[in-house]
Order: sequence, then C-alpha cells, then structure tokens
Amino acid sequence: MKHNAHGRGRGRIALGAVAAVTGVALTLAGCGSSSGGDDDKAASSIPTGGTDDGTSLTMWSRAPLEKQATNAVTEYNKTHKNQVKLELLPNDDVEGKVGAAVQTGSLPDILAGDVVRVPYWTEQGIFKDLTKQIDSLPEKGDLQSGHIKAGTVDGKEHTLPFVTDISVMVWNKDLYKEAGLDPDKGPTTLQEFEDQAKAVAKLGKKDVAGTYLAGQSGGALVFTLFPMIWGNSEKAINDEGTESLMASDSAKKIYAAYADLAKTPNGLGAGSKEETGATWTAPFQNGKIGVMQYPATAVSALFTTSKFDIGVAPIPGVDGGSSTFLGGDAIGVSKDSKHEAQAWNFLSWLMTEDAQQKVFADNNDTASNLKVLENGYKDADPRTIVANSTIKDGQTPIAVNFNEAFNAAGSPWQLLVQDGVWGDASKVDGDNDAITSTLGQ
Amino acid sequence: MSQSTYAEPVVAPSPPVPSSSGRRRRTATQLENRRGWLFASPTALLLVVLFVAPVVVVVVMACSHWTLLGGAQGGNFPDNFTKLFADPLLGQSIGFTLKYTALTTVILMPIAYGLALLVQESRRWNTFLRTAILVPSALGIASASLLFYALYSPQVGPINGILEKVAGTQAGASILGTPGGALWATVVLVVWRFAGYFMLLTMVGLQAIPSDVYEAARIDGASRLRTLRSTTLPLLRPTLAMTMILSITGSLLAFDQFYILTKGGPNNSTLTIVQLIYRDAFETRKDLGLAAALSVLLLLALVIINMIQLRALKLDADEK
Repeated sequence: MKHNAHGRGRGRIALGAVAAVTGVALTLAGCGSSSGGDDDKAASSIPTGGTDDGTSLTMWSRAPLEKQATNAVTEYNKTHKNQVKLELLPNDDVEGKVGAAVQTGSLPDILAGDVVRVPYWTEQGIFKDLTKQIDSLPEKGDLQSGHIKAGTVDGKEHTLPFVTDISVMVWNKDLYKEAGLDPDKGPTTLQEFEDQAKAVAKLGKKDVAGTYLAGQSGGALVFTLFPMIWGNSEKAINDEGTESLMASDSAKKIYAAYADLAKTPNGLGAGSKEETGATWTAPFQNGKIGVMQYPATAVSALFTTSKFDIGVAPIPGVDGGSSTFLGGDAIGVSKDSKHEAQAWNFLSWLMTEDAQQKVFADNNDTASNLKVLENGYKDADPRTIVANSTIKDGQTPIAVNFNEAFNAAGSPWQLLVQDGVWGDASKVDGDNDAITSTLGQ
Repeated sequence: MSQSTYAEPVVAPSPPVPSSSGRRRRTATQLENRRGWLFASPTALLLVVLFVAPVVVVVVMACSHWTLLGGAQGGNFPDNFTKLFADPLLGQSIGFTLKYTALTTVILMPIAYGLALLVQESRRWNTFLRTAILVPSALGIASASLLFYALYSPQVGPINGILEKVAGTQAGASILGTPGGALWATVVLVVWRFAGYFMLLTMVGLQAIPSDVYEAARIDGASRLRTLRSTTLPLLRPTLAMTMILSITGSLLAFDQFYILTKGGPNNSTLTIVQLIYRDAFETRKDLGLAAALSVLLLLALVIINMIQLRALKLDADEK
C-alpha cells in the first residue's frame, strides 16, 4: 500500500508539474504575441516642438558614437528643463538588448540605431509613428533624407537623422609624391583608382601597399564599394530592398580591379582578405597605404595627428561621378515611451540649425542639416568641407533584411566579394542570387 | 481530466476517511508521504523551473512564428523546420562540428592519458606538475579564448613573429585568417584548456586500479608494455568511456571559443551548430522560432548519441 500510494502520488505530481509548465509556456507565448501587436500607434497628441517640463528621459545609443551622442545630450541638458539620460550599448549587443527590451516593454524613450538596422526595427513596430510631427518640421527640407527614408514604412515616417557618417576617398600625399603622382588629385574613376594604387605599389617599399580592403567585413565592404556603383548612377539594390544588383557589369569591374590589385605585388595590403573590420582603418593611419575609401569621421581625426599629408575626395563612380554611403545612426521615439511629447522636444531641437551647428559642426563632426553643412564649417579644414559636400549625392541602402544579407559576419555579400576578388570570379552571379534570396525572405 | 483534478491532492490532500481501525495507519502513511514530498520538493521544483520549463518553452517556440523583436505570433509548425533544412549553412556547420569533435577528442584523450601517467610515475616534481597542468582549467573558457586571441593577433601577439622565423609564414597574415589556421588555433586552445581536467579524471581511474593486480602481472613476468595493454587499459575502460562522453558532448556544443576567436570565420568555415543557433536568434534572422527548432534537433541528437555511449559504458562496467 505504501508503495502504491507513492507511485500514484508521484504520477500526480509529475502530471501536475507538466500541466503547470505548459500553462506557464502558453502564458509566455500569449504575452509575447500581445506585445508584438500594439505598434504603429500614431502619436497624435504631441504639441508642435514637444514639451519641455522637466521630465527625465532615457536614451540608448551605441558605443562607437559615444562622442556625438554625448555632445548632443550634454548640450540639450544644458539648455532644457527635460533631462536626457544616455546609455551606450556595446555595438555587438544592440540587437540582443533591444530584442529583450521589446519583449518586456522596457525600451528607452529615445532609441538611436545603426541606419541599416532601422528598416527592420521600424517594420517590427518598435518606433512610434511620427509622420505628422516630421512633416511639420520647418527644417525637414534641409535634412539629409536617407535616415528618414530608412524609417519609413507604408508612407509613415518614424525616424530622423541622428549621426551621419559618410565614406570618402583618402590618399597619402607623401606616398603619391614619391610615386610621381600629383599629390593634389585623387582618383575620379575606377581606372584612375587602380592606376594610382599600382603606382604606389610599384615603389616596392616594405609593408607599403597600393590600397586596402576589409575582405571579411560585410559592413565595411558596403560602406566602401556601394558608392562606386551609385556614383555611376546605378543601383546597388532595388528600391523595394528585395533584389541585389551587385552582379552588374559595373560591379564586376570593381571586383576585377581589386582582383588585379591583389595579384600585383604590394597592390592590395597584406591581411586584406582576412580583415574582419576590427583593424580596418589602421594600415592607412600608419602611413602604409596609398589610396583607399575611409570613414569621414575617422579621417577628420587624423588631419592634425598624422605624420603624413592626407588628401580627401568623394568616392568616384566606376566611370566618373561620385557618391557616398550615408551611414551612421537614425533616431526615433520608442513604442514603449510614456513621454512622447518630451522625447519629441529633444528630437525636434536636435534638427534645428542651431543645435546641428553646436553639436556637430563646432566639433568637426558631420551635421545632418544641409544648410549647416554648407555654411557651418567656415573655419573648418577644407578637407572636411570636401567630405561634407558629398552628402547631397549620398545614399542609404534600405532593405528589411539588409543586415543579414550584407552586414553580418559570413553574409552572402562577404562571400561574393571573397569570390570576386580572391577566388573564382565566375561564382559572382550565383553569390548575388544568394544575396537576393536572403533579402527576399 | 482538468489539470486541477490532478494537482489538487498535492496542494490540499483530501481529508482522511473517518473510519475504524485503518484510520491511524492511513494518516501515518499520508504523513510519511507528505514528508517525503516535502523533502523532494526543492529538487523537484528546481528541476521543473530550470529544466522542464525551458525545454517546454523551447519546443513551443520551435513550433511558432516567434521573432526576436516581434514576439510570438502563433503556431506555424513545421515551417521552422523546413526553413532550417533549406539553409545551406546547416550542413556546413554540422560537418564542421563533427570534424572539430573528432579532432579534439582524438588529440585530447591520449594527451590526458599521457599526462596522467607522467604525474603518476614522476616522484620529484609531482606536486609542481599537477598544479602546472591543472592551472589552465581554473581559467574560464571565455577568458582563455581572449588570451589566445591576443596571442594569435598579428598586431600584439608573439606567435606570428615566431611562426615567421620558424616556418616562414607571411608576417601580416593572421593565423585565424585561413580555415585551417582558425581550426587548429582553436584546437590548440581547447587542448591547452582541458588537458588538465581530463588528466585529473584519468588519474582518478588509474588510482582506482588496485596495486596487487600490478604485482600479479609482475610475478607473471609481464613487460611494461604488456602490463599496460593487458592490465591498465582494460581496467581503465569505464574511465576512458566517461571522459570520451564528456569530450564528445562538450565539443558538439562548442560555442564560446569560436565566438571569441573566429566568429565562425573566415567565410563561415568554422561555424559550429550552436553558433548557427545564436546567429539565427540574435544576429542574422532574429528568428527565435528557427533557433529553437535547431536547438530541439540538437537536443534530440545529443540524447541519441549519449544513449549509444552510455550503453557502451554499461557494457564496460559489466565486463569489470
């Protein structure tokens, strides 16, 4: 009897436990689905210019933009009653942290994120719809539009530009002089780029190479190579963001030029094939590279510190023209914010010419307001002005699955460049189809 | 058949039947039962909260459309599984994980055995050797990976320079830059990190062999090699089987070392199954359902592999 009782009791407990656990799981599932639904609620109650009533606001940005984000928040807190508390997330943790916060409804009031991630975030409903507010901004016509487009879903706008980072062509004037090139003239076509890189390679100096490429970093590769396509007035991906056009004749010309440089002794810097992006900017900074595409923010920091002379020009298209990659971060008000009027106060303030001047231009960073870009850099280095002038021709590629198709480690785009430059170039068409299928899923 | 019918007696046992002689015995039994459950309940609760509940949640996830940012959006079985098998990275990562598991196990086991013998036989340096070999095991796998990442780095690490002088490799090229280099660099790290631990396990097995068996072997005039082959190895089989299970299971679940050292690169050549799960969930597709589906499959595979291994272990124990 004792044994019987035991056995029966155990069975009951076990069944009860399973039932309880299943209940927990189903409740969890229920929670998840309900929190996923309440997006896209238009924030209609916000007064023009927002509210400045001494509310404490939270904001997330990512660590690589620490300087700009801190400048913006400090300037705002100094001049407003509202106080923004900034938290910087490590770059690799952003997706996980935002994901967890979405599930628990604990997103900060203001959320800034890498512009290539923003279309996916917007589609998943983590930003509030700000169409009415954004459209009534007096400065809207002056703002670079890439970061607004990235947060536009079904005609509804959710985001504004926060930090604009662009890619430019830079060259080492000292090496150019040694190689017998005109140190004041950068490349204006792909052919000139290749010729100039080869001329520097021919110097045969130890550890010095013509150019450099981050072969294992999909993010750096779109940042450097897409503008060469756009400069040619072509598209890198279609407007819907569902098809990759990176197997076009122009694109293949780019891969062929780099493949040619890779075969040239000292043409493409050692380590290019394996470069994951972590030390991507170091070789040029150390004066070992002739000419390459570079982040504008990184090069402006080099103007005063480098031992050699640097030239800056827009990135040339394959056959001429020029463009740039409008990277950086877009900013919006999160779906969980209970202080949308106050959050909008911060956003609308940041878009004004005055704020753009104080936060970005005065600190030699790139502003997002075209008027400030034109007039606000009177005392700046002329090379900064050259870099800023490219913004009006710049583009931001917009696709929901952009991160997976292009930026992620081991992305199909990374494999395409590996094949096109160092491997079997005939695989490029197949690789491009793989990107398209990732974009379209 | 509602849940509460089954759960009720546990929470509030039904009142004892008020009847004749059986009453006291019945109450005593019930009391004893209740006490038993009270003793067992903390463990049972832990088991439910930490093991059963997560497994159930993962299975539910695997059968739902459940994204990282969008949350659960209803069942979609078997979509996650069909999507999973359509991914070319799946086959690639399974192949690599198996290759890595075979490599580490084949290299680690003899080294651990050799170290155990060394420590067993050596008299003078015994304590020093044991400590030296065990110290890496005190380091977390993530810290060890970071340490090796620095050692392998062409910018700050010494290994590139040494390889350049000894083997004539290119100075600027990272060891982690080629598929073979990345795999072997990780194997070296894992062997360094785990050799001491496996040595300890093997040593316990060695010391459990009674010395009179060796005495008998010596009297029979067995050579050292013969003693090793006919005495030590057969008696050590249960230990060897256990270390092998640990090594194989651990390697099949490899994540930290690759996440830190190679990130699955170059070009996905060192992508393990668990890394693919992580990527699907947090990096590329941000699809928790898909990642959960792969986790469920991996769990099933591990259960089957461990069952086969345990059966082998049991046979060994019977032989003994």
